[in-house]
Amino acid sequence: MTALVGMLSALAVLPLILIFGYLILKGASSLNLEFFLSNPVPAGQSGGGVAHAIVGSGIIVGLAALVGLPVGIGAGIFLAEYGSGRLGWTVRFVADVLNGTPSIIIGIFAWTWIVRPQGHFSAFAGAVALAVILIPLVARTTEEMVRLVPHSLREAALALGYPRWRTSLSIVVRTALAGIVTGGLVGVARVAGETAPLLFTTLGNLNFSTHVTEPMQALPLQIYVYATGPFPEWHRLAWAASLVLILLVFGLALVARRVAANRYGTR
Amino acid sequence: MHLATERLTARYHGRPAITEVSLGIRPRAITAVIGPSGCGKSTFLRCLNRMHELSDGGTVEGRVLLDGTDIYGAGVDAVQVRRRVGMVFQRPTPFPTMSIYDNVAAGLRVNGVARRRMGEIVERSLAQAALWDEVKDRLHGSALALSGGQQQRLCIARALATEPEVLLMDEPASALDPLATQRVEELMVTLKQAYTIVVVTHNLQQASRVSDYTGFFYLGDLVEFDQTARMFTNPSDGRTEAYITGRFG
Repeated sequence: MTALVGMLSALAVLPLILIFGYLILKGASSLNLEFFLSNPVPAGQSGGGVAHAIVGSGIIVGLAALVGLPVGIGAGIFLAEYGSGRLGWTVRFVADVLNGTPSIIIGIFAWTWIVRPQGHFSAFAGAVALAVILIPLVARTTEEMVRLVPHSLREAALALGYPRWRTSLSIVVRTALAGIVTGGLVGVARVAGETAPLLFTTLGNLNFSTHVTEPMQALPLQIYVYATGPFPEWHRLAWAASLVLILLVFGLALVARRVAANRYGTR
Repeated sequence: MHLATERLTARYHGRPAITEVSLGIRPRAITAVIGPSGCGKSTFLRCLNRMHELSDGGTVEGRVLLDGTDIYGAGVDAVQVRRRVGMVFQRPTPFPTMSIYDNVAAGLRVNGVARRRMGEIVERSLAQAALWDEVKDRLHGSALALSGGQQQRLCIARALATEPEVLLMDEPASALDPLATQRVEELMVTLKQAYTIVVVTHNLQQASRVSDYTGFFYLGDLVEFDQTARMFTNPSDGRTEAYITGRFG
């Protein structure tokens, strides 16, 4: 039995090891300063980097987090603290449906409501699409984390003369904070790798751009374009970009772990 | 009479947990509330600081007079009531994200006590709870690093810091080992010089050791209320006698 479960666990982590190993094999040799600091060179030439995609991903995911985290965390706190009624049920249901919605549909939604009326692709539209994915994800994990706080702590605060809102914020949410931050980071890591919603919204850009109202490059889009392109040089860069993306997600997950380990931690 | 209930009925979803309890609680004395599980003694206690109404489906009828004012009267703020009537729970409930100091100061911050007075009040409260000597060197350490008995005394200090008039204790020692229990009991006897204490307990020996008055609850009714010495030697009701002699409960 133990051996079987052990084998199954090994099977579960095997893909990650394979992916990671293969990416290092294929991409690590292309990771140099030029890769991180330069923009692409014209097709056919060798060299160049993905600085524009790294900065673009940073801007798009940053914007999405700026909108998505506060709204998601707020909704999660609402669900845990006041979500026992019909409104809570509705919000929870909508969040679950959104969580199950394929991200490409969210992309089409953002295209229909932002890109088409505006008449042009933009990083902003991509950020909105990612935020829409992020909000229900963060709302549900926040709710779970807040619910984990023992009821006795809430009662202790109320018995001390804490008003209800202060009990929620400075005792219950404060106690759950490490878990909430962890959930937020995991959510951000998840949307950082999303490709489909960006295809219809930020489109991609071969040049360096920081204008959120214009098309912008992002790492997943760069990988998509380079990997499906005809040039070996592009393939090489795609492998390297994939490695950077997975390292980014890996890093966020590690930070999340560290925060979670400090749960109930002290200063 | 400092604290009194008049025909106090408390319900959960319409089902009464205590029925028409009228009881006067003497100031600067310990009143024990005893009775078998489910008799309503904890519910009674939670009516005295308006905590019962926070329970799912909890409603209250009748009056609870604190210094002559009905705490369920119109215009009385439950939050203000809870600042005047402190509470200690069965299990220690230190706030896990706060240091020992901040735990004691928690109620002060929410009451808007000036920062410069806080250190002095924290020290006094910890001393009152007989914990100062054990924690004075690690006030800014985690409250969770304390033992169960220390955590419970920390919770007592936290409740005392806001200078309540009444201290409610819901089986304050039932989660503690005998030595820690003894310390909490000694503490209660010291505290009654300054506070009115109402303690719910499962432990009859504890009630007889520490309390001056005892109320016996059974099936939601206050069966008997008397001086502890008299109740334990010469109960007037057959059910009380049966309970304290261990024939049920």
